[in-house]
Amino acid sequence: MSRRSRYVMVIDARTCVGCSGCVIACRTENNVAPGHSRDWIFTETAGSFPKLRMTIRSERCNHCKNAACVRACPTGASWYGPGGSVQVNADKCTGCKACIAGCPYDARFVDPRTGTVDKCTFCMHRIDRGMPTTACQDTCPTQSIHFGDLNDAASEVSKLLATREWYTLRPEAGTQPMVYYLK
Amino acid sequence: METTTTRANPLIDPQLHIWHGEVALYLFLGGLAAGIMIITGAMRLRDRNAAWSSHLALLSWCAPLLLSLGMFFLWLDLENPFNALRFYATFSWHSPMSWGAWILLLVFPVSILFAWTQTRRSASGRLARFDAWAREREAPLAAWNVAGGVALGLYTGILLASLAARPLWNSALLGPLFLVSGASTGAAFLLLFRLRDDERLALGRLDLFLVAIEIVVVGLWLASLASGGRESRAAVALFLGGPYTVSFWTLVFAVGLATPLAAEWLERRHGVVPGRVAPVLVLIGGLALRWILVSAGQSTGWAIDVALH
Amino acid sequence: MNRRDFIRIGATSAAGVAFLGGLPTKWYGLDADVLADPGTGGDRVVPTFCELCFWKCGVLAHVRDGRVTKITGNPKHPLSRGRICPRGAGGTGLLYDPDRLQKPLVRVGQRGQQTFEEVSWETALDEVAERFERIRQRHGASALALFYHGYGGNWMKHLFKAYGSPNIAAPSYAQCRGPRDVGFELTFGHPVGSPENTDMAHSRCLVLLGYHLGENMHNTQVQDFAAAIRSGADLIVVDPRFSVAASKARTWLPIKPGTDLALLLAWMNVIISEGRHDRDYVERYTYGFEQLREHVQSFTPEWAYARTGIEPHVIRDTARRMAAARPATLVHPGRHVTWYGNDTQRTRAIAMLNALLGSWGRRGGFYMPASMEIPKYTSPGYLPPERKAADRPQASDYPLGDNVLAQGLCDASITGLRDYDLKGWMVYGSNLPTTLPDPRKTYKAIQELDFLVSVDVLPSEICGWSDVVLPEATYLERCDELHAPGFREPFVAVRQEVVPPLYDSKPGWWIARELGTRLGLTAFFPWKDSMEYAKDRLHAAGHACDVLQRDGVIQGEQQPIYFEEGVAPEFWTDSGRIELYSNELAQHGFDPMPTWHDDELEEPPAGYYRLLFGRAPTHTFGRTTNNRLLSEVYKENEVWVNPSVARRWGLANGERVHLQNQDGVRSEFSAPVRVTSRIRPDAVFLVHGYGRNAMKLRFAYGRGIDTTGLITRYKVDPIMGGTGMNVNFVTFVKAALVSGEAAS
Ligand SMILES: Nc1nc2c(c(=O)[nH]1)N[C@H]1C(S)=C(S)[C@@H](COP(=O)(O)OP(=O)(O)OC[C@H]3O[C@@H](n4cnc5c(=O)[nH]c(N)nc54)[C@H](O)[C@@H]3O)O[C@H]1N2
Ligand SMILES: Nc1nc2c(c(=O)[nH]1)N[C@H]1C(S)=C(S)[C@@H](COP(=O)(O)OP(=O)(O)OC[C@H]3O[C@@H](n4cnc5c(=O)[nH]c(N)nc54)[C@H](O)[C@@H]3O)O[C@H]1N2
Ligand code: SF4
Ligand code: SF4
Ligand code: SF4
Ligand code: SF4
Ligand code: SF4
Ligand SMILES: [Mo]
Repeated sequence: MSRRSRYVMVIDARTCVGCSGCVIACRTENNVAPGHSRDWIFTETAGSFPKLRMTIRSERCNHCKNAACVRACPTGASWYGPGGSVQVNADKCTGCKACIAGCPYDARFVDPRTGTVDKCTFCMHRIDRGMPTTACQDTCPTQSIHFGDLNDAASEVSKLLATREWYTLRPEAGTQPMVYYLK
Repeated sequence: METTTTRANPLIDPQLHIWHGEVALYLFLGGLAAGIMIITGAMRLRDRNAAWSSHLALLSWCAPLLLSLGMFFLWLDLENPFNALRFYATFSWHSPMSWGAWILLLVFPVSILFAWTQTRRSASGRLARFDAWAREREAPLAAWNVAGGVALGLYTGILLASLAARPLWNSALLGPLFLVSGASTGAAFLLLFRLRDDERLALGRLDLFLVAIEIVVVGLWLASLASGGRESRAAVALFLGGPYTVSFWTLVFAVGLATPLAAEWLERRHGVVPGRVAPVLVLIGGLALRWILVSAGQSTGWAIDVALH
Repeated sequence: MNRRDFIRIGATSAAGVAFLGGLPTKWYGLDADVLADPGTGGDRVVPTFCELCFWKCGVLAHVRDGRVTKITGNPKHPLSRGRICPRGAGGTGLLYDPDRLQKPLVRVGQRGQQTFEEVSWETALDEVAERFERIRQRHGASALALFYHGYGGNWMKHLFKAYGSPNIAAPSYAQCRGPRDVGFELTFGHPVGSPENTDMAHSRCLVLLGYHLGENMHNTQVQDFAAAIRSGADLIVVDPRFSVAASKARTWLPIKPGTDLALLLAWMNVIISEGRHDRDYVERYTYGFEQLREHVQSFTPEWAYARTGIEPHVIRDTARRMAAARPATLVHPGRHVTWYGNDTQRTRAIAMLNALLGSWGRRGGFYMPASMEIPKYTSPGYLPPERKAADRPQASDYPLGDNVLAQGLCDASITGLRDYDLKGWMVYGSNLPTTLPDPRKTYKAIQELDFLVSVDVLPSEICGWSDVVLPEATYLERCDELHAPGFREPFVAVRQEVVPPLYDSKPGWWIARELGTRLGLTAFFPWKDSMEYAKDRLHAAGHACDVLQRDGVIQGEQQPIYFEEGVAPEFWTDSGRIELYSNELAQHGFDPMPTWHDDELEEPPAGYYRLLFGRAPTHTFGRTTNNRLLSEVYKENEVWVNPSVARRWGLANGERVHLQNQDGVRSEFSAPVRVTSRIRPDAVFLVHGYGRNAMKLRFAYGRGIDTTGLITRYKVDPIMGGTGMNVNFVTFVKAALVSGEAAS
């Protein structure tokens, strides 16, 4: 049976404590340029003392199904890789930054060491090698990060999305994000 | 609502700073070249046999020259200039930047051939055969010159407009705006040189017309943003009380549009041959428009109000 | 000239080359897209355990071409279960910190001037030994004190015990969890220990007082906390600040600081008066229930409301929820509990509340830890020291304090405050000027010493004040004592050398042994190195060292850990039962049952706010503030200020301020204001560990505000000697108004 994968990430905002473990693990796993990050922590506090609500999220490139960055890229350096993930091929990247301007999530940056664009890869170098997890997922002390194949109904991500309430970031941007957040 | 983020990526946070003067200059010079192409092409189409002043004929060469200069600035902006040829290793139909790269490639031969046909010279040998070949095709080349200019002019706006993530740019009117603005800077540019009075009068009239249209388009553009969603309103607020208010209304509007409009209108009413003051102002305004738009657009986005941690 | 300029100039001058340069790189659009590999997987992966904090998670260090590229969790290690916190992942930031101590240093200028000369290990060790011997001959070995924190401190402890000094203290007692362990021992006859024997993962109702999990990143605890959230446990968080944990809670109680004991008494009042306690458990195991019933009668929710600001119906509701979920209700004992000087009594009240809910020894409450038996290394027995420790004004003070008090040793170094004076210190892995309250006193004590040697990895403040500084190898470059704590499952873990020590740094065991040799204590150091020592212990326990070295950990057999699984309920108290009423406390003249005293809590003076502090998840006190990798996420602390207070003082978000306390002491540096509704209007909050003034910490120097400098007062717990530090009040001084500092 041949089946195409659709890689997604499901992040549980209920358990994420915003510790940045995922940020540091990503930095070292991916040798991210010093001073730059592929993932980050966003918090939002609503209300006023003492009636408060806070949301904490670990954010990164959404590996959009309709990726504005891929559309903007003139050279094909930004491409849809395995499982629909969005990748950057540094060999083809001119550093024109159209993709950066195009991304509604500001998920990309220029790696100053190479002049090419960098962002979350869904750790495809690990997945490609058969490892089951991304580095951020692997380290997360609260197990808030789940990566997997949405086209596999038995996968953890499929089950989570089927059983929990979820949302994606700024769906109105029309890019069809593939990183889901559990409420 | 209190928000925080740990992200602090250079050139990205707290707002984009990826494109600077190089890109503004590229867009400006591209528009200018487009304008020259459209105007010279159209003038030739209107009167196949008109004898141009030698300066006007020579100025048609400015289109490819200014375009090259613009492309040089674009190349300077690349973070990885060593991969520049990658633009031509593929055609990405969904990427305006790719369209632009290929348009540039097509516009070059057209504008050079057209300019060739407009300049007198005595050619010999192989060159003479080429000269004859080109001259036979003067009319279609002029038409192509106009078409290429329009494509180029629109493209400079669409490049930004297609980046939906930046609400300030994300408007269908940006293409037309850059096209008109490019055409008017083209006319203004030609007016800087020593031309015959009849040529000056014609160009002056044209510029007056273009500036007037541009004012209308700018108005429509701002109005459409102001009546858009939250992000668009936040974007246009940059010019309506926000940090770009002074620069936009003085440089783009007062200097680049209103004053030249008034000056050219007065010249026309009094039948005076257009001078060089208005054209200089139009050029300043054209450059300012692009500079300010490139810069201001980068401070707009979907994630607003995020305090840095 | 930045990189852009460089590229531009380079590129401009080489335009043609650039175009050609593109040619060889397969550029015709036909080349397949490849996934780049960042190349951080190790060609060697060495299991060891972490030392970025004191939790000791098992990690895997990936080494590529001799460099540690990344650190991940060891899935086999029970404390990490394959996952680690940000600090653990940022260990390379310490290993490759450019400011690390590199060579032994001997002071050349005045103490505190931070001027040193590099010397050889021979010279440095000879100097230390000679100075120690001189002090011992004149004043006895007990005139020497050891302050230590961190796992490598075990070697120094061994050295000092062998030398004959009773003055060995860690700040993790009197500045941290001492009161809690005494409070629990008084009640259950067991301390909570580290790792805490809390069964949070299975709790159905979890109550946290201050304990700010998610910011406090003790890994296993955070993992269990998340498990509790996931399984829908009823979470109740008591904190003057809307902490991360509070944001996950069903109910947040924004308590008035310092009044937790009143709340605890009211909770007991509700539970007992409504008969919601675990009658059977209370009857079977506790002592003094009737007295307690009497005692808490007057502590009604209405009474507590006036103290805590928590509405009576909320107190009743939360108490009922706790009772509904019992015995899987855990009222967490916390860890850093030295807050207000009544800390033993407060944590004892927590223990008693747990007893009423029947959670001790029960699933979802407290499990009974199991540990692996590893025989001690056989070396000659220590002789009892000639004198008692000098840490208390009178030997009879703080009668239930069962450890040496670090601040007490500091006081004992100031002439005339104690039975005898301390003349020399060794400080291992503890930055006393930012760790002990009232640093003015710490500096005074240091100035009176004959000799101070510090063993550290970074040029911290304490090093700047030392006579000799010994550079230790970091945890990734050394082997240490085996780790076999009591936990849910018995295990033993090893720390081993991942890469050889950089520079001229040396492991602690080597330093201790070399000093031991020079001090005539060779018999106490018969092993070649710490690995041989570890092997010996392991073999004696019947385990193979190569397995341990390969896996980093050896797990023992799972044992029963709950009463319901057959663990015998044993309480090592006088009565052999859970003591709700403590005769021991009564004998020493303390309240046998925790009591609220209205006069004990001071109110902030007008215009002042209570100074509270805690942790940031990416940092461990000051030990990581110079870690550039971790600082990418959090590089400076901020002063949390309620919006109403900010308005009153005209403070804008991000505006820099100094803080000045009730004694007129002003913070040396400034920090940005963070205007946030997440803090009560009567308090401000800071992350501890900033405002470093050690010049050689080139990154951390001058960032943010040091909490310790503002803690010029502290309230000593009369029962065990802990230093309550949440008793200081501060006001704002805008940095723009402080001369010499530009507003930025
Ligand atoms: N104001 C205030 N004071 C407090 C606290 C607070 O929150 N606020 N918290 C209290 C608590 S809970 C505790 S546990 C204590 C902690 O107190 P300390 O343990 O003294 O904390 P640090 O300031 O981190 O100092 C650690 C020192 O160890 C060094 N070090 C790090 N790794 C190694 C190593 O491998 N070997 C050696 N030799 N040295 C090393 C660091 O460079 C640093 O100088 O502080 C207490 N004091
Ligand atoms: N990331 C990180 N994690 C750490 C450490 C670290 O340095 N960094 N250190 C470790 C160590 S040694 C320890 S001891 C623990 C300490 O961690 P905890 O035991 O969690 O320390 P607390 O002092 O309880 O935490 C401070 C919290 O108490 C609140 N608080 C202040 N005053 C009061 C009060 O009067 N009542 C109540 N209910 N709450 C109050 C503060 O607002 C803050 O949220 O953390 C450990 N984990
Ligand atoms: S490591 Fe996990 S808990 Fe920590 S911030 Fe990332 S997702 Fe949240
Ligand atoms: S988040 Fe941005 S960078 Fe990532 S795929 Fe979507 S548009 Fe592209
Ligand atoms: S910067 Fe690179 S990836 Fe981005 S659009 Fe340009 S060529 Fe494509
Ligand atoms: S998936 Fe990999 S690249 Fe993406 S944020 Fe996580 S660790 Fe970084
Ligand atoms: S909790 Fe974090 S810093 Fe502490 S030992 Fe574990 S991984 Fe290391
Ligand atoms: Mo602690």
